[in-house]
Amino acid sequence: MALEKVLGIETEYGVVGGPDRDPITASSLVVSAYARRGERVDWDFEAESPDIDARGLGRRGSLAPVVETQLANAVLSNGARLYVDHAHPEYSSPECRTPLEATLFDLAGEEILRRAQRVANEGLDGASAITVYKNNSDGKGNSYGTHENYLVAREVPFPDLVRTMVPHFVSRQVILGAGKVGAETEAGQRLDPAFQISQRAEFFEEVVGLETTLRRPIVNTRDEPHGDAERFRRLHVIIGDANRSATATFVKLGATALLLALLEDDGPDAFPPPPSSPVRAVRVIASDPTLRAVVELEDGRRVTGWDLQDALYAAAARYVSRGGGAAVAEEDEVAAVLREWREMLDGVRDDPDRVADRVDWVAKRRLVEGYRERYGLAVTDARLRAIDLQYHDLRPERSLSDRVGLRPLVDAAAVERAVNEPPDSTRAYFRGRCVAQFPTEVVAANWDSVVFDLGEGPLRRVPMSDPRRGTAALTRDLFDRCPSAVDLLRALDG
Amino acid sequence: MSEQERIQRNRSTRPDAAPAEVSVDTTKGERLKADLDELLDEIDDVLEENAEEFVRNYVQKGGE
Repeated sequence: MALEKVLGIETEYGVVGGPDRDPITASSLVVSAYARRGERVDWDFEAESPDIDARGLGRRGSLAPVVETQLANAVLSNGARLYVDHAHPEYSSPECRTPLEATLFDLAGEEILRRAQRVANEGLDGASAITVYKNNSDGKGNSYGTHENYLVAREVPFPDLVRTMVPHFVSRQVILGAGKVGAETEAGQRLDPAFQISQRAEFFEEVVGLETTLRRPIVNTRDEPHGDAERFRRLHVIIGDANRSATATFVKLGATALLLALLEDDGPDAFPPPPSSPVRAVRVIASDPTLRAVVELEDGRRVTGWDLQDALYAAAARYVSRGGGAAVAEEDEVAAVLREWREMLDGVRDDPDRVADRVDWVAKRRLVEGYRERYGLAVTDARLRAIDLQYHDLRPERSLSDRVGLRPLVDAAAVERAVNEPPDSTRAYFRGRCVAQFPTEVVAANWDSVVFDLGEGPLRRVPMSDPRRGTAALTRDLFDRCPSAVDLLRALDG
Repeated sequence: MSEQERIQRNRSTRPDAAPAEVSVDTTKGERLKADLDELLDEIDDVLEENAEEFVRNYVQKGGE
C-alpha cells in the first residue's frame, strides 16, 4: 500500500532593496519583521543533516550546504518555518496531507511574505524599501529554489525513484513552468530562446546528485527524512518553478504525489522510460513554447515533452481508476487533480489561451508578447524583462500575475486561517499549537521535535518522528485541556 | 483595443443582451483577449518607471 503522501513546498523569494542594498540584510529585515509580530521561537538545528546522500554514499562533509545559524529564523504558529537561507527570505510550508492543503499553505506563505515586507518597510525610508518576488532567477545567471517535499516509503529502491521521476521532472514544465524572457546561462543561451517556458530549466546540469546550489541535479539525493529513517524517505524535489497560479501548484503537487503513490503500489513498469539525455531534454523542452521540440528516450522513441506528460497522466489516471490515489487525497480531490492536469495538457496543445488562467508561462507569455507587439519592441527590450520580473511581484499595486486573471483555487478566508493556524492533518498541528499556546516555554522547534524550557530541570525535547501523527485528531483535546506547558508534558508522559 | 472587441465587451455587459451564438470556449477566448488589451492599456502605470534600471538592479545571489 502506498504511503500517505505528506507534502509541502519551500520557497526562496527574490529580494531587492534594503538600507545597504545587501540581500542578506534585506532578507533578515523581512524575516524579523514578521517574527516581531509575536513571541519568537527559534529553529532547532539538532536534527539537521542535509549532507546525507540517498544513494548511501554516507556523509560528505565538504558538500554540506551552508547552514547560517546566526541568521533570522522563526517557527510560525501555522507550523511553517520562516528564515533567511543564503541571501533569500525562505518560507517552508508546514507538512500537509493533501495537494490542496499544501497549495493553501503555499498561498499562506505568499501572504506572510507580503505582510513581512510591509512591516519591514514601515521602518525604512522609501529609497530603502524592500521588495520580494516569488520567482526563481534574476535573469543574470543566479537562481534560487522552490523545492517540494514528499513522504516516500523507504522500501522504494532509489534507482526506481530516479528512473520514474526523471521523465516527469523533465516534462512537467509544459504545464507547470512559470516562463522566462530570454536565457541566462551558457547552455541556455546556446539555444537562443526569446522565451522559455520554465524559470529553472536551464540551471540543471546533472541527472542525479546531492548538490542544490552548483551543478544542480534533476533528482536531488538529499536523504534527510526529518522522521523515522527506517520507514521514510523525504523526496526533495529541486526542479520546479515558483508558481503564482494556485492551480499550477495544486497540479504540481497532485500529479507528483500520484506518480509516487503509483510507484510505491505498482513499481516502475507503468512509467515511460527517461530521455537518453535528461539534462539536454529539460533545456530543449524549456526553450520551445510551441512544445514541438522532440527528445529521444532510452528506448529509442522520439517524443515531445507533451507526449511524456500525456503518458504519465495516462498512467496516473489508470492507477486511480483501479482504486489508487487514496494515499494522496479523498476521491474528489484526486479527481480534481486529474481533471486540471488533463485540461492544462489539452489547453497548451490545442489553444494555450484557454488555459491562460491556469498556466503561468502561458499567462506571462501573452503579456510579454502582447506588449512587444503593441509597441514593436525588440525581444531583448528591458521592458519585457521588467514585465517578467513584475509578474512575480507580491505587492497588489505592482503585481502583474495578480492582473492576468489567474483563477483562484481557495478563498481569502481560508488563506487567512492558514496564515495563523496549522493544518489539522500532520505533526505541523502539534508544532503550531505549541508555538501559539506556549510561546514562552517553547524555546526551539524543528521538523521532528519541539523543545521546551520549563524554567527548572533540563530542556525537554518532544520527538515527532512520524509526520502523520501529532494531528488535530490525536492532540486537539490534549491542547484544549492543558492550560500550561507543564500540564502538556505531564499528559504526554502519562 | 479593436472596435470589434469593444463592441463585444459592451454587449456582454448589457443585461438584456441575447446570448451570443458561439461556443463557451470562443466567448472565453474573446473575453481573454479583451482583458489582455485592457491590461496592456494600463500596464505602463504598473510597470516600474525605469525598466532598464529596474532590470539592471535586480541582482540576486544564488540560493538553495
